Amino acid sequence: MHSALQPVGPRAELIADLMLLFFAVSAVVYVIVIAFLVWAIMRARERAVQLGPAATAQADRKSKVAVGVGAALTVLTLAGLAASDFIVGAILRQPPADPLRVLVTGHQFWWEIEYDDPVPGNRLRTANELHIPVGRPVQLIFTSRDVIHSFWIPSAMGKMDLIPGRTTNEIIQVSQPGTFTGQCAEFCGFQHSKMRLTLHARPAEEFDAWRQRQLAPAREPQTQEARRGQQVFMQSSCILCHSVQGTAAAATVAPDLTHIASRRTIAAGSLPNTPSALASWVLDPQRIKPGSRMPASRLPPDDLSALVAYLTSLQ
Amino acid sequence: MCSRSSEPRERATAALLSPYRAGVASVVVVMLLLCACEREERQFSAQGGSSPSAASMAPASITLSDLQPGVSTQARRGERELEVNAFSISEGQRLYEWFNCNGCHANGGGAIGPALMDDVWIYGSAPANIYATIVQGRPNGMPSFRGRIPEQQVWQIVAYVRSLSGQARKDAMPSRTDSMQVKPRQVALPREEPKSSAPPSGNQP
Ligand code: HEC
Ligand code: HEC
Ligand SMILES: [Cu+2]
Repeated sequence: MHSALQPVGPRAELIADLMLLFFAVSAVVYVIVIAFLVWAIMRARERAVQLGPAATAQADRKSKVAVGVGAALTVLTLAGLAASDFIVGAILRQPPADPLRVLVTGHQFWWEIEYDDPVPGNRLRTANELHIPVGRPVQLIFTSRDVIHSFWIPSAMGKMDLIPGRTTNEIIQVSQPGTFTGQCAEFCGFQHSKMRLTLHARPAEEFDAWRQRQLAPAREPQTQEARRGQQVFMQSSCILCHSVQGTAAAATVAPDLTHIASRRTIAAGSLPNTPSALASWVLDPQRIKPGSRMPASRLPPDDLSALVAYLTSLQ
Repeated sequence: MCSRSSEPRERATAALLSPYRAGVASVVVVMLLLCACEREERQFSAQGGSSPSAASMAPASITLSDLQPGVSTQARRGERELEVNAFSISEGQRLYEWFNCNGCHANGGGAIGPALMDDVWIYGSAPANIYATIVQGRPNGMPSFRGRIPEQQVWQIVAYVRSLSGQARKDAMPSRTDSMQVKPRQVALPREEPKSSAPPSGNQP
């Protein structure tokens, strides 16, 4: 689901209400202005012949009053709208009591998501999927590793820019379980349109269980083929960019793959997470996302299938 | 009669050549030329690519010395294609950081590893030499990246490393770094004339 007109939390509802208010007021103003215009055209036609100097002076006075009243009403309407905007802004800015803190870093062309925790071992890095507990406010802290991106989940929040070298933040709160889509909303390069993410809101217990599973180090490969795939991974380029917790792979410039098999899509929503999609992605990401920052790896077919077996075992 | 009929035509020609029109025309021509120039080409995958051929990087074809018996026939400048291309040099710049070359060579000034922005080269300055240095590794602490960096990306890094000492074309060099600026822009530095040197651990006085 993907619509700012179907808000799924109290904060998003406020924004949707504000949008509706602006729309309604503008619509009423529009109708009034057009009505006056039509009325003025009709009246001018009737009275075009009968205006003498005295009548003009009187009409002048009248129109001065009309303009004055019109201007006052306009200022009042705008002030009202501005006030409602400020009030909603102030409510949204109020820090909630006990938010879940999540750091979101924009990369060309994917989202790095890190759950903050005072215990370093409990910090959790993942990519392109934001999981949150239903009902609890979540403070998102944004920054960017390269260019300016903008984080937007229409059903849950307005847009917020991710700016290299500084942080911005926004609070979201979702009151019903579900999966909602999001998208980068600031042009950031070749694959801007394929820089998507999903928001998964679930009941608190389910969220905690997910978090515990994700905190565990990568599963040791169980089959012969997956074991060989792990060797391929560790001995080729993958290890220079990706990390798999619990192995020697610890680079941080690309998505963490510790639990890659648990994600529904790969490459920021570009492909479903299936073995064949994984294989074609690893073989030539530039065919799927030209300009993305993962180079093609020309692996022999049996190395590739072993590697895919390893990746799909990373539950 | 002839002169009368050609008069409007002359006026038309004069109007066409007015300084304003000439200015617009030359801007258009320059833009068309820029579109055609190799500086801007972006090659995402190496298929049939501009990467130098395998033959030129076979160990047998790589020389580590400028000296040759008789008349030197060694071409001092190697494969150029990537060094006129702004995209490959800036990709090289990004990967230089991603693959932690700067952890040992800093931003070209050198640290654990030797400086890469000066004129001194232990293992040769030609693209094939630097390719070999990265892929094979070097005995005094330069790790081997064989199998770890895809070929096209190695060449991009080579182009960037050479640009550090001004060996790439000025208009193709990145005019800023992605991180904190710690030295003058490459384009503002003079081109160094590469020369060979013994490794620091060699039998130097
Ligand atoms: C130069 C760095 C680099 C290398 C080397 C590299 N990758 Fe990637 N990889 C990336 C980047 C960057 C992305 C994110 C791309 C995007 O979504 O735009 C990515 C994405 C992925 C994804 C999808 C992750 C997700 O959560 O969507 C998988 C799977 C993956 N890489 C596997 C591999 C494998 C296997 C190798 C080794 C053959 C490898 N990568 C080598 C940089 C790299
Ligand atoms: C662990 C530290 C380390 C890392 C990482 C490293 N280097 Fe080096 N590098 C060295 C050392 C030490 C030398 C000198 C080797 C020698 O003299 O035998 C060297 C030598 C070189 C040379 C040869 C210089 C000459 O004068 O001939 C080049 C070129 C080079 N490195 C490029 C790179 C690039 C590109 C990367 C990243 C892909 C990189 N290095 C990563 C330590 C490192
Ligand atoms: Cu973006």
